[in-house]
Amino acid sequence: MSTTDTAVDATARARDLLGVSRLTNQALTSWLHGLRGVDQVGCEARAAGLGTRSIKNDSKRWAIDLAISMIDLTTLEGADTHGRVRGLAAKALSPDPSDLTTPRPAAVCVYGDMVATAKEVLGDSGVKVAAVATAFPSGRASMPVKLLDTKDAVTAGADEIDMVIDRGAFLSGDYLTVFHQIAQTKAACGDARLKVIMETGELVTYDNVRRASWLSMLAGGDFIKTSTGKIQPAATLPVTLIMLEAVRDWRELTGEMVGVKPAGGIKTSKDAIKFLVAVNEVAGEDWLDNQWFRFGASSLLNDLLLQRQKMKDGVYSSATYIADDSPSTAY
Amino acid sequence: MPTFEYAPAPESRAVVDVDSTYGLFINGDWVDGRGTAFKTVNPATEEVLADIHEASPDDVDLAVKAARTAYTRVWSRMSGADRGKYLFRIARILQERAREFAVLETLDNGKPIKETRDVDIPLAAAHFFYHAGWADKLSYAGYGPDPRPHGVVGQIIPWNFPLLMLAWKVAPALATGNTVVLKPAETTPLTALLFAQVCQQAELPPGVVNIVTGAGDTGQAIVDHPGIDKIAFTGSTGVGKMIARSIAGTRKKATLELGGKGANIVFDDAPIDQTVEGIVRGIFFNQGHVCCAGSRLLVQETVADEVVRRLQRRLSTLRVGDPLDKNTDVGAINSRAQLDRITSLVDAGEAEGAERWDNGCALPQKGFWFRPTLFSGVTQTHRIAQEEIFGPVLSVLTFRTPQEAVAKANNTPYGLSAGIWTDKGSRILWMADQLKAGVVWANTFNQFDPTSPFGGYKESGYGREGGRHGLEAYLKGSI
Repeated sequence: MSTTDTAVDATARARDLLGVSRLTNQALTSWLHGLRGVDQVGCEARAAGLGTRSIKNDSKRWAIDLAISMIDLTTLEGADTHGRVRGLAAKALSPDPSDLTTPRPAAVCVYGDMVATAKEVLGDSGVKVAAVATAFPSGRASMPVKLLDTKDAVTAGADEIDMVIDRGAFLSGDYLTVFHQIAQTKAACGDARLKVIMETGELVTYDNVRRASWLSMLAGGDFIKTSTGKIQPAATLPVTLIMLEAVRDWRELTGEMVGVKPAGGIKTSKDAIKFLVAVNEVAGEDWLDNQWFRFGASSLLNDLLLQRQKMKDGVYSSATYIADDSPSTAY
Repeated sequence: MPTFEYAPAPESRAVVDVDSTYGLFINGDWVDGRGTAFKTVNPATEEVLADIHEASPDDVDLAVKAARTAYTRVWSRMSGADRGKYLFRIARILQERAREFAVLETLDNGKPIKETRDVDIPLAAAHFFYHAGWADKLSYAGYGPDPRPHGVVGQIIPWNFPLLMLAWKVAPALATGNTVVLKPAETTPLTALLFAQVCQQAELPPGVVNIVTGAGDTGQAIVDHPGIDKIAFTGSTGVGKMIARSIAGTRKKATLELGGKGANIVFDDAPIDQTVEGIVRGIFFNQGHVCCAGSRLLVQETVADEVVRRLQRRLSTLRVGDPLDKNTDVGAINSRAQLDRITSLVDAGEAEGAERWDNGCALPQKGFWFRPTLFSGVTQTHRIAQEEIFGPVLSVLTFRTPQEAVAKANNTPYGLSAGIWTDKGSRILWMADQLKAGVVWANTFNQFDPTSPFGGYKESGYGREGGRHGLEAYLKGSI
């Protein structure tokens, strides 16, 4: 299937869902602005309420293992080296060498030029390689460059592509441009799954987060993702709540499931479990699987491993008992 | 089996000592009641928690006399600043012993620990802090240069928020210089009795707060006692009317905070996910044992089906069960009598043709329980749209225009609370102006704060509690 065909498919499907004969920016605007609003106070209160759930014993054990299996273990630094990426990939293969029953993270997430290195270590282990693309993190590049960036990562073996939307276009109301960029990137992904980073910290309002979520799903994103991790605030619970509501309602409308990935700022097991509670009670248990929910994180894994050891041995270890290839950034 | 099963996370009972027997707290001391002792049970298990003495009319007389002596000799002569110090001290002790109070309230009342821990006890402490601040500033409250207290106040409180209602009553009474004879509800006396221990711990002068336990007869003895200057009552409209009849023609003042049948009004431009949360908070908070509950949902017809569908999905995630479990959302019905009343009204709703739906959750074998229930296809003439159910039961009605919403919302003998859900600010203001309700919430529900006056219109009672307005009821020359 060629790039243009898929883009046309996405447009045709969008026309169908919107009930319009031509997909214009006007039509998209009406549709997105017709979504129900979000009350900020109520949304934050609901998120805080979910955060008070007390997850203990067996449920906690289960949740920790699930959370580990949902991590996209990430390094996205200018200072990344092949050695560091190899180390991270090795960590993904055996997160806790002292306990080989520890589940593996879902994926290793790197810049495009590191895909081959990560793939070399991970092979067919089942741990995926995800690459950020489309001029991550700002997204400020021309479309041919973004598409080439994407294809380059896919050719190098990336199983998943994390793209960024053009926040400038979104904030100026040019939804059609954002739509086309996502649809074209999706086409360039081939078999790779596409995560659409909305950079919610730059969208600011919850209404914008909801609209961007629906726009991303309409354009064919397989995942909607909060942040690049380069902008604060990154993945907050209320923002993730809005996105979980969006994928839940999207399934009601289309029958299709879309994944959710909060990324950046989730550092502790306690936080991660709050997110899982939200997934469970808002989107539903079908999303409690790394096919449909991910954590974009680096230091979270080590805290989950510490908690896992604690649940097993009954005592807290110090961080030095967690084997890590890049301990300086992990604690 | 659900994928993500939450393991039990019960709060420890060990944090609170429950005595086997409780006497009356009169003049700073524990005395035996001369009535017939009764038992208070844990509604979640039907386990007997303690024997409670009943105050006879003679005991009430003793309590009123102690309150009078404390008023004339100590409390009315004390400076506002000094009264404030006692109130601050009580507030701090409530915070320090918050966990103890939360567990005891949950045991005696059946409400979830999540609510006692996060709502009842912190708000009770907040009421004492707030009124402590007023004690030395009454000259600036707008009721004249030197407003005077009434004297001895008789206070009768309900079982739905036992400690919180005590705080709503005792804090403003003490801040304004009154002394108190308070009767907690017969099914939930324990936190009031623990509060008596707090008064001792705070070294509050004897007789300033007296707590007498018992049922209707004890309440009647307080209302009828000639030494009482003012009655403050929260409870049913039926009992409120009896009190009003009893004190008619006497010099006694009264504030009555009675029943309600709050309308929660949802327009089609409402923020729908938060609206669903607000509806849940409006009627399933505290098992619906809330006088200002949003028990009538008025939904614009264009979104009625969607709202009901989303509501049903949300109700299916409510966790009903052990109130001490930190993950419980809906606890036990407070008493067998209340459960019977809910059941009979729900049966009436079905018989009248409304469509009944509940979330089908499993209920514990022992104790008093009722599933979160929703009635659709309800009309104004149904009993479940008119009578206060005081349980986890929501009646859904529809409307077409804002005018019709107002008319339906006001078409009730009650007038305590209402909620408006819309994205239009101007409509909120227009609606709030038309609604005959003491409290109108916009895009939220069941929010309480000591600075905000609370009270009703029509059969929901008169007088206000909380805020500057609430002080008026405890000062002379006013209501």
